[in-house]
Amino acid sequence: MKIEILGVGCAKCHKLEELVREVAKNENISADICKVEDFKKIMNYGVMTTPALVIDGEVKVAGKIPSADQIRGWLKN
Amino acid sequence: MTECCGGGTRLIYACSGAADVGEIADRVVRRLRSEGITKMTCLAGIGAGLSGYIQSAKGADENITVDGCQVACAKKTLEKMDVTPSSYILTDLGLVKGETPVTEEIIIRMCEKIKSARSNPVSTPPAGSGGCSCGGKC
Repeated sequence: MKIEILGVGCAKCHKLEELVREVAKNENISADICKVEDFKKIMNYGVMTTPALVIDGEVKVAGKIPSADQIRGWLKN
Repeated sequence: MTECCGGGTRLIYACSGAADVGEIADRVVRRLRSEGITKMTCLAGIGAGLSGYIQSAKGADENITVDGCQVACAKKTLEKMDVTPSSYILTDLGLVKGETPVTEEIIIRMCEKIKSARSNPVSTPPAGSGGCSCGGKC
């Protein structure tokens, strides 16, 4: 599983990354988690507002931080 | 351009339809973007079901559609994704489909009408989500 956190480095982007890593660790989910700060890569997803969370190429949320439960649901599906 | 944190994000879409009023809608939206009023994004991305565009719409504080005519393709495209936009329809603002030349004068007039309608709204724009209260500092 590949997880990308899209964001240019604001507090919310960092918080989302921490939350995703925490949920993945607690659920023993093996994933390649990376932060994407390259503006062009972010735009290639059509994302207009960050932070955004991408799981295996699909944007799950943009412009807000999802709950841990939401993230857990996405990671387990 | 991507908005950091989702604070106060307003996204605008044009129907960009084939008719004269569709072309004017496109030009109006590009002009409003150049004035820094909103961020323009792609209606086609929503229609294609691309997750980045759909989630950006859902995470924006406000989505604005400018349609040329009452068929309202832009508005309906967003509504199909359960997003309720603030809608502006150029034929409601006085243009006649099939009889309107695409001129700078008309484009500017439509921009002014939309800006005027936004500063004197008849109804409250839909409440959005997101926003980090960072005041643009993050």
